[in-house]
Amino acid sequence: MSRFRRKRFVSDRLWDALLPVVAVIAALVVGAGILLLQGANPLEAYRAMFGGAFGNKNGLADTLVKSVPLMLVGLGIAIAFRGGVINIGAEGQLIVGALLTTYFGVQFGAHFPGAIAILLGLLAGMLMGAIWGAIPGVLKAQLGVNEILSTIMMNQIAIQVGFYLLRGPMIDPAELAAGTNIPHSARLPKSMDMPRFTDLAKMLGLPGKAQDLGLHGYAADVYGVLVEPTRLHSGFILAVIVSILVYILLWRTTIGYRIRAVGLNPHASRYAGMNVKSTMVLSMTLSGAFAGLAGAVEILGLHHRMFEPTSVSAGFGFSGIVAALFGKLHPLGIIPSSILFGGLLVGGDKMQRAMQIPQVLTVAILGLVVLFVVSTDYFVRKRQNRRVSVEESPGEGAVPGPTPPLSPPEANA
Amino acid sequence: MMTEQHLLPSGLPRIERVQMQGIVKRFPGVLANDRIDFDVGAGEIHALLGENGAGKSTLMKVLYGLYQPDEGQVLLDGKPIEVHSPTDSIDYGISMIHQHFMLVQNITVAENVALGLRSTREPRLDLDVVSARIRELSAKYGLQVDPQAVISKLAVGERQRVEIIKALYRGAALLILDEPTAVLTPQEVEDVFVIFRQMAAEGHALIFISHKLDEIFALTDRVTVLRDGRVVGTRLTSEVTKKELANMMVGREVSLERYRPPVEVGEARLRLHHVNAVNEDNHPILKEVSFEVRSGEIVGVAGVSGNGQKPLAECIAGLQRVQSGQLYLEGRELTNLSPAAMFKAGLSYIPEERMHDGVIKDFSVAENMILQDYIHPPFSRGIFLNFRYIAEHAQKLISDFNVKTPSRETPVKNLSGGNIQKLILARELARRPRLLIAAQPTRGVDIGATEYIHAQLLEQRGQGLATLLISEDLDEIKALSDRIIVLFNGEIMGIVDNDEVTVQELGLMMAGERRAPVI
Repeated sequence: MSRFRRKRFVSDRLWDALLPVVAVIAALVVGAGILLLQGANPLEAYRAMFGGAFGNKNGLADTLVKSVPLMLVGLGIAIAFRGGVINIGAEGQLIVGALLTTYFGVQFGAHFPGAIAILLGLLAGMLMGAIWGAIPGVLKAQLGVNEILSTIMMNQIAIQVGFYLLRGPMIDPAELAAGTNIPHSARLPKSMDMPRFTDLAKMLGLPGKAQDLGLHGYAADVYGVLVEPTRLHSGFILAVIVSILVYILLWRTTIGYRIRAVGLNPHASRYAGMNVKSTMVLSMTLSGAFAGLAGAVEILGLHHRMFEPTSVSAGFGFSGIVAALFGKLHPLGIIPSSILFGGLLVGGDKMQRAMQIPQVLTVAILGLVVLFVVSTDYFVRKRQNRRVSVEESPGEGAVPGPTPPLSPPEANA
Repeated sequence: MMTEQHLLPSGLPRIERVQMQGIVKRFPGVLANDRIDFDVGAGEIHALLGENGAGKSTLMKVLYGLYQPDEGQVLLDGKPIEVHSPTDSIDYGISMIHQHFMLVQNITVAENVALGLRSTREPRLDLDVVSARIRELSAKYGLQVDPQAVISKLAVGERQRVEIIKALYRGAALLILDEPTAVLTPQEVEDVFVIFRQMAAEGHALIFISHKLDEIFALTDRVTVLRDGRVVGTRLTSEVTKKELANMMVGREVSLERYRPPVEVGEARLRLHHVNAVNEDNHPILKEVSFEVRSGEIVGVAGVSGNGQKPLAECIAGLQRVQSGQLYLEGRELTNLSPAAMFKAGLSYIPEERMHDGVIKDFSVAENMILQDYIHPPFSRGIFLNFRYIAEHAQKLISDFNVKTPSRETPVKNLSGGNIQKLILARELARRPRLLIAAQPTRGVDIGATEYIHAQLLEQRGQGLATLLISEDLDEIKALSDRIIVLFNGEIMGIVDNDEVTVQELGLMMAGERRAPVI
């Protein structure tokens, strides 16, 4: 009996972990049907997609570049979800973060040494995102305003405020002088560019070419991503470090304990003397702060100036939610899931170009992946509920069931 | 089979005998029912007794069609039947009345009965036909129910009658009663027992699920005891003693007596002075409540569910606003402080809805042990949690309070109700409180754990703890309290000395009869 129990336990956990992968495959199979209807060869299309995203140096670099905002937004989303509030406003929080970072950089960036200017720029983005997140948090806590609606509204406000600022107060003076009036800001001082990987490699004195180390084939591509001039910037390292910090925050500190407690059971938290309302505001504020940080990193690491808000955010505020869910709302799970989703974004682009298929089709296939992945949560929960109800009935020997998706095993280490 | 002359008063054929033979039900990792034989016949009330998790509900869910057995069969009047859903079971004349009523609050009795049934003149409703049939049934079974009454206006006992009518309306010949007395006053229990006895006399078969031994003796003909998924034995109720049943159920010697030794009563720990409170709709829920609880005494609060017990506990815990009046803990006025401040001042509170308010079920045992104090050293160091101390603390409480759990890292939702309650008790007592509020501390908890929890409460009383025990179980109130407060409609009907009051007198006070307060 005990052996039977153990075996079930292992296979259950394995199955739970594999489900998202199965979901991605299932989505691609359905997507293959759509591609066939369009007369495209699905195998070739998918080869183009995965090859484009992960198969060579530039693809890999682009994938990692895209994973940065996904990761940072995803971390914020995870904090909100863990705290029992739903933040659909990362898009707007990212935009306002990017705006304040740009404003700071253009106005004051040159007055500080590079490293300090970058740090202040990042903090400015976080601060603005935090404020943008705190507003719906306070509205929910004090007036019971549904945070899903208010965060969506806040997105629209952020976008329009962004357009206004970029057409008026923040517009690049050069555009005014030239009379072209394209709505973008002036470039931030070069000293505020976050170092690229190639710059870091030079600082560390690493050989600049894969061939110098005798690497060939794919290994050379991977090494190339690290040292050769690509768009990949140190924001990626920052995002990974922040993921670890958020993990520590959520599972090692009293603040994280409170956030998770309120998220899992606000009633019991209130009965235990916790301030549920202020905790909700805190979760939303932190959530906004990380989305704002994503905006700051996009400006300092990649764009170096602010342009159309929706192009800077590029939907990361929404795809970050998917990356967070795919990473099981766990900071350390969000790292690989962001890279995978970054790859899907890059690969989708490549597939579209290689196969001459309409862009909407790539969007549709990505949509399928999202839909399938998010739906697996339903199955995971259903299986969990079944296991729980089973375990409740024979109360005598509580069966060691797997932890639910919302509280990973590391939680109690 | 005998048919024509053996019709029930409802006009439907009776079920002579239902037999469950060798029922096996496995769930991943557990054997919930292990070759269980069980049967019940027309005119019989057969009790199914067992602790939580013994397999009672699983067995009944098999009979009611909610689960399919892995092995074994169900025979109805000698013929095997397959029940795949409650719809099937209702077709066979088998009905279940759940512990928590399945009634829609803001519609009438007739509408509730008609719910889910086909109208005789689709697509229009036929509530007049339904009402006429309800009146007919209530006359035949002596169940007073007004088909036009709105459920939310009915008392709990009346709602239960509606559930019975609903089952009869659907043609029930066999009724499964799942802890039907859990929410009733002693008088209402007596009333509904009269109805059950009459139904049996008319030829219905009844299965009565309970863990209250007194009720089993008062009502049933036979009793089957389950433990760990197996039948321990089936006895004629008249040929078995309470103690024997308790021992069969738990599998060891248990004590049903509670010894309440004389204790030196000390200073007043809690004092309420003309406390009033209102709900969101501004209706009074506590009216001029004044009493005190002293060191070394257990003060019981008796009353029918929803008569102000919960607001009373929550006013003291700072979870409900006191509108007027004062509240003192150890002489300091602490009216309308936050829950955190009350806990700091020495209050411990075992809330009545333990799964909902007492624990976070996705948190581990260890995490649940620090729900109030996580922020204070030694559980924390700065902003970091001190995991080593948290683990030691949890381990100590698990062994001190005999909490059965695979490990301290097990999510609480995998523990049985009794062990969750022990966990909460452990957490609250480990905080070394000056005042303990224990609300329904043993509701839904098995005999073994109840015995343990009661012993702990009495032990703490001996050490000078002041306890406010809120319970709807009068036996529990009588067994543990030194003094008893009876609440009705948010008002105190009387404060009496436990040794000078009978259950009948308490029942009358619970129904709203005032008695001059004694102290």
